[in-house]
Amino acid sequence: MGILDIIFILILFIIVVALAIPLGKYMSRVFTGQRTFMTPLMQPVERFMYRLIGTDETKEMNWKQYAYALIMLNIIGIIFLFALQLLQGFLPLNPEGLPGVSWDSALNTAISFATNTNWQGYAGETTMSYLTQMTGLAVQNFLSAAIGIAALLVLIRGFTRKNTDKIGNFWVDLTRALLYVLLPIAVILAIVLASQGVVQTFNPYITAHTLEGVNQTIAVGPVASQEAIKMIGSNGGGFFNANSAHPFENPNTITDILEILAILLIPISLVFTFGYLIKNFKQGLAIFSVMTILFGLGLGIALYTESQPNPILEKMGVTGGNLEGKEVRFGVTQSVLWGVATTDVSNGGVNSMHDSVMPLTGLVYMFNMCTGEVIYGGLGVGLIGMLFYVILSMFIAGLMIGRTPEFLGKKLGPPEMILSVIPIVLPHVAILTLAAIAITTPAGLSSLANPSAHGLSEILYAYLSTIGNNGSAFAGLSANTLFYNLTGGLAMLVGRFATIIPAIALAGLLAQKGKVPITSASFPTTGPLFIIIVVAVVILLGALTFFPVFTLGPILDHLFLYGGHIT
Amino acid sequence: MKIETSIFQRKIILNSLKGSIIRLNPITLIRNPVMFIVEIGALITTILTIFNIYTGVSFIFDLQISIWLWFTVLFANFAEAIAESQGKARAESLKRTRAEAPANKILKDGSIENVSALTLQRNDCVLIKENEIIPSDGDIIEGTALVDESAITGESAPVIRESGGDKSGVTGGTKLLSGTIKVRISVNPGETFLDNMISMVESAKRQKTPNERALEILLLGLTVIFLTVVITLSAFSDYMGITIPIAILIALLVCLMPTTIGALLPAIGIAGMDRLLQHNVIALSGRAVEAAGDVSVVLLDKTGTITLGNRMATEFIPAEGVDAKELIEASLMSSLADETPEGRSIVKLGKKELKVQGKDIHPSKESVFVPFTPETCMSGVDAGLKKIRKGSTNAIEKFVTNNGGSVPAEIKNIVDEIAVKGDTPLVVASNTQVLGVIRLKDIVKQGIKKRLLQLRHMGIKSIMITGDNPLTAASIAAEAGVDDFSAEAKPETKLQMIRDYQTGDQQYLVAMIGDGTNDAPALAQADVAVAMSAGTAAAREAANMVDLDSSPSKLLDIVEIGKEILITRGALTTFSVANDVAKYFAIVPAIFASVYPQIGVLNIMQLSSPASAVLSAVIFNAIVIPFLIPLSLSGVKFRATSSVSRLLGLNIMIYGVGGLIIPFIGIKAIDIVITFLGLGVKI
Repeated sequence: MGILDIIFILILFIIVVALAIPLGKYMSRVFTGQRTFMTPLMQPVERFMYRLIGTDETKEMNWKQYAYALIMLNIIGIIFLFALQLLQGFLPLNPEGLPGVSWDSALNTAISFATNTNWQGYAGETTMSYLTQMTGLAVQNFLSAAIGIAALLVLIRGFTRKNTDKIGNFWVDLTRALLYVLLPIAVILAIVLASQGVVQTFNPYITAHTLEGVNQTIAVGPVASQEAIKMIGSNGGGFFNANSAHPFENPNTITDILEILAILLIPISLVFTFGYLIKNFKQGLAIFSVMTILFGLGLGIALYTESQPNPILEKMGVTGGNLEGKEVRFGVTQSVLWGVATTDVSNGGVNSMHDSVMPLTGLVYMFNMCTGEVIYGGLGVGLIGMLFYVILSMFIAGLMIGRTPEFLGKKLGPPEMILSVIPIVLPHVAILTLAAIAITTPAGLSSLANPSAHGLSEILYAYLSTIGNNGSAFAGLSANTLFYNLTGGLAMLVGRFATIIPAIALAGLLAQKGKVPITSASFPTTGPLFIIIVVAVVILLGALTFFPVFTLGPILDHLFLYGGHIT
Repeated sequence: MKIETSIFQRKIILNSLKGSIIRLNPITLIRNPVMFIVEIGALITTILTIFNIYTGVSFIFDLQISIWLWFTVLFANFAEAIAESQGKARAESLKRTRAEAPANKILKDGSIENVSALTLQRNDCVLIKENEIIPSDGDIIEGTALVDESAITGESAPVIRESGGDKSGVTGGTKLLSGTIKVRISVNPGETFLDNMISMVESAKRQKTPNERALEILLLGLTVIFLTVVITLSAFSDYMGITIPIAILIALLVCLMPTTIGALLPAIGIAGMDRLLQHNVIALSGRAVEAAGDVSVVLLDKTGTITLGNRMATEFIPAEGVDAKELIEASLMSSLADETPEGRSIVKLGKKELKVQGKDIHPSKESVFVPFTPETCMSGVDAGLKKIRKGSTNAIEKFVTNNGGSVPAEIKNIVDEIAVKGDTPLVVASNTQVLGVIRLKDIVKQGIKKRLLQLRHMGIKSIMITGDNPLTAASIAAEAGVDDFSAEAKPETKLQMIRDYQTGDQQYLVAMIGDGTNDAPALAQADVAVAMSAGTAAAREAANMVDLDSSPSKLLDIVEIGKEILITRGALTTFSVANDVAKYFAIVPAIFASVYPQIGVLNIMQLSSPASAVLSAVIFNAIVIPFLIPLSLSGVKFRATSSVSRLLGLNIMIYGVGGLIIPFIGIKAIDIVITFLGLGVKI
C-alpha cells in the first residue's frame, strides 16, 4: 500500500461525497413531495401507481397501519418468491431448463432477498432461471431497498413532527423511493455497466471449445440490469456464484470503481437527506462524520494488514501484499476497499474471497457487521441503526449533564429506551446464540471446511452476515443445507425486523410527543464531543459483546499465523 | 436538622449492616435484576464449593469466588440500606416529636370539645393556646402566632404566622410559643405534612422515576447481552477444546454485568431525596426532583420571592387642596379591617403620623368593609353614604368617574413619579374626590440578583410575576435582573402563561414558586412547583415540593440536586461499562492461555496466574462498590461550567477514561496482594 493508493481512495471518497450531498438534497425534496427535475417524467407514473394500489396520496397512516402495510408487503413478497423458485421448472424464460429449487433453499433465498440481505446459499447460474432472477430476485432487490428507505423516512418524521399520530403513507414513500431514486439510478448504471462488458441477454448459456479440446459452458443472462440495483440497493446478491469477482458482473477496473461508488452512494446520501429533512444539515454532517471515522478506522487496519505478506508464504519466498483469493485485475487496494465498503453498508457483493483475507482483515469485516451495519449501512436501515446508537449515547450523555436525555428536541424516556435497546440487544444475542448452536450441533459442524479458529470465524461470519442483513459470505462453509437455510432464514428475519419494527414504533411514539426547546443547557449534538461519544459507544458495545469470541476466532487465527502454523 | 453525633453514625452503620443481610431475601432483591443475578451466581458457586469439599476436590478457588460474590451483593445492599437509614433516622425523630397531642375542636355551636389530634378532619376548626402543639396542618383564620417550627425545619428561630395574607399556614407537630389562634384544619388524618414527610423518607418502595426506569432498561439490555456472551462462550470454548469451569463463567458474568451502577442505583435516588431534605425541602415526588434538572423557565412570584415580602406604606401624599390629616384618616379608616400586610402597614404608618400609636381605633358601627378582589383592584369601607376606596390608579379612576368625579392631572403625575421609582402608588378616594396617594415601597432582596444570574448560567429563564402595574414591575425587574416579567397578572394569567410555555411550539418545563392561595392553580399546572412552608394550605397541596425554610432561592438548590442525581447515575453507568475492558483483559487470557499460550499476549497486566487474574477481577468488581458509596450518597457535583460540553467532557474524562484506566491499576494491585498472600491457587 503506497501513497498512491491513499490518494486514489481519497479521491474516490471525495467523489462519492460530492455526489451524495446533492443526491441527499434531491431525495429530501422527493420525499416531502416537492417538485424536482424528475417530476414531469415520473408524476404521471406515480399517480397511476397510487390508483393501481388504491391509496389516497394525501391520507397518512399511524405507526401500526404503516408497520402492518410494510409487513404484509414483505410476507406477500416472500411467498411469491418462494413459490416462483419452486415452480420455475414449469415457467418460461428458463433456457437451461433448471428445475425447481429445494424448499429450504427457496425459503432461505426468499427471505434473503426480501430482507435486503441477499445471502446466497445457492449458485446463481446453476440454480435460478432467468424468470426467477428478473421477476423474483431483481424485484425484491428494488422493493427491499425502497422499504428500508421508507422505514427511515418514518423515523425521521418521528423526530420532526409533534403532537400527531400520523407518520406518513407507506405506499407513497415506497413508490417515491422506487420511481424517483432507485429506478433512474439503476437504469443509468446498468447502461454504463453494459457498455463496459457486463452481459445483458436472454440467450441460453454459451458453449465454448477450449484449446484443450473440451467443452466449457459459459453462463450468461440479463446481468447488467440486475447488477445495477444489486450495487445501489445495498443488496449484493450476484447473478453468478462468483458475484462481482466474475468478469461478466465486474469486468474491469472502471466497473469496479463504479460499483464501489454505487455501493456507497445512496447509503451516504441518505445521511445528508436526514440532515435536510430535520432542517439541520450539521446534524447530518455529524452523523456522517461518526460513520466516516468508523469506516476509516476499519479501512486503515484492513489495508495495512492486507498489504503485509502472509508470514507462512513469506517464508516460502512470496513477497508483497496478500493476494490469495483476490482478482489480479483489482489487486489488494480495490479488493480491501470493496470488502470494507460492502461490510459497512451491508452490501453482500464480493469481489474477492473473504475467507482468504488475513485474519485481522477478517476481524475488521466482522466488526463492521457486528455493529449492526450502521457504518453508512443498508439503505435506510443503516441510518436507523445508527440513530439507535445515537439515542443510547445521548441517554448517557444527557444524564451526565444532569438533564433528562433528549435528542433533536424529543425527550427519551423508558418507552424510547425499550425501543432502542431491543434493536441493539436482540441481534447481538441472536448472532451469538445461533453461532453457538451451529458450533455445538453435528448439523452445524458438518458444513465446516476448516477446523479450529478459522472454522469458528466461518460460522461466526455466516450469522454476522445474515443478522446484519449483509449477505456476503466468508465462504468455507457449505451453507445450502437444511440447518443453515433455516437458521440463516431466521437470522435474516430477526436482523431485519428487530430494526424496522422498533423504528416505526419509535417514530409513532416520538411523533406524538411535543418538542422541547434547545437551550444553552442542552447538549450540542453536532459538535466533536458528540461524534467522539457515538463512535466510542458503537465500538465499545461491539467490542464488549464479541471480544471473547473474536479472541477465539480471528485473533487466535492471527496469532497462529504469525506463530508460523495454521492451527 | 443535622444528626451527626458519632454514636448516631455508628447506629446507622449497624442498622445498615443488618439491613444488608435482610435484603439478601431474593423476593425483595428481584427488584434489582442485576444484583439478583449476582446472588444466583453466588448461590451456585457456594453449592459447588460445598460439593467440592464433600468430594474432596480442591475447593479454595471456588470458595474465594463465592465469598466475593456474596460480598458484592452485600455491598450493594449496604449502599441502599445506608442511604435509606439517613432518611429513616430523621423520620424516627419526627415521629417522636409528634406526641399524641390533644386538640380543642370548636364545634358548630361555638363550644369547645377536647379531642385527639388524630381524629381531626379537614375543615374542622381548632383553638390553640400558648405552648400547645399544633395538632394538624391548617390555616390560621384568626389571630397572630409565634411558632417554633424547629421540629420540622431544624431552624430554632421562631416564625410569625398570622391570619389573612400568605403567611397563614401552620404545620402539625410544631409548637405555638405565644398568642392564641383559631385554625381551620386543611387535611384529613394520615395526609398531614408530617405523615407525607415520614412516608417519603421511610418508603423503600418509593416510585422509580422515569429516568431511573429508562436506565434500568439499558442495564437490563446489557445484562442480557453479557448473559448470552458468557453462556455461548462455553460453547465456543468447547469447540476449541477448552473447558471453562462454571465458577469462572459466573465470575466473568458478574464482572461484565453493570454491577457497580446496578448496586448503587437505588442508593443514588434515595440519597438525592435525603440531600433535598438536608436543604429543608420536602419533595413529594422523586419525579419532580429530576424534572427540576430540566426546567428551562421559572416563574417567580414577585412578592416574597424577589422582594422582601410585603410592600410597606412609607408616605402619604395628599392631593392639592386636601389636608394631609384628612388623607391619613381616610386611609386609616379604609384599612382598619384590611388584613393584608399592605393594609396593616398603612394602619401602622397612619397611627404614627397621627401620633395615636398604641391606641386602638375601631371602625364606626355602620361601616362595611369592602375587601380587595383581583377584579376590582381596590378595597375600602362604606360608612353610610361615604365610600372610601384605595387601590390602583385605574381602579380608582373608574370608581371616581362612576360617581361623577374625575382624577386631577397632578395625581397622575404623582402616581407616575412613584411608579417610575419602582414603588407602588395606592390612590385613595372618597366618593368623587381623590384625596391623595399612599406610597408603598417594595424592597428587593439582597443577593437575589446573583441567584438569578446563576439560574441564567444554567440555561433557566426567570420570569417575575406580579400584580403590579407594568411600570412598577419593570423597575423591580430591572433591579433584580430577571429575564422577563408579567405585570398586572391575575391567577388565570399565571396559569395561562405556564400552559403557553408547556404546550407551545417549544415545550418548556416550567417551575413555579408561590405561596398564596391564588398561586395554587398555577402551582398545580407547573412541572416543578415549590410552595413555601409558610404559605397557605392550598398552595402547599398544589405543589410537589415544599420548602420548609420558605426561602424562594431554594430553587437553585433543587435544580442542582436534580441534576446531580442524574449526573451521578450517568457517571457511574459510564464507569461501570468502561471497567469491563480491563476485566476482559484479565479474565479472557486467563481462561484461554492454558490451552493456547499465544493468547497470553493479551495478558497485558502480567497477572501472575489464571486463578489470581480471575480473583483479582472479581475482588475489584466487589470492592469498587463500597469505594463508590460515598460518591453515590453525596452525588457527583454539578459544576456550572461555561458550557454543557465542557461539563460533559470533564465527566467523560473522569468517569469514562478514568473508568477505563483505574481497573487496570486496581486489578494489578489486587493481583500482587493475592500472589503475596498465596491465595491465587490453582483453579
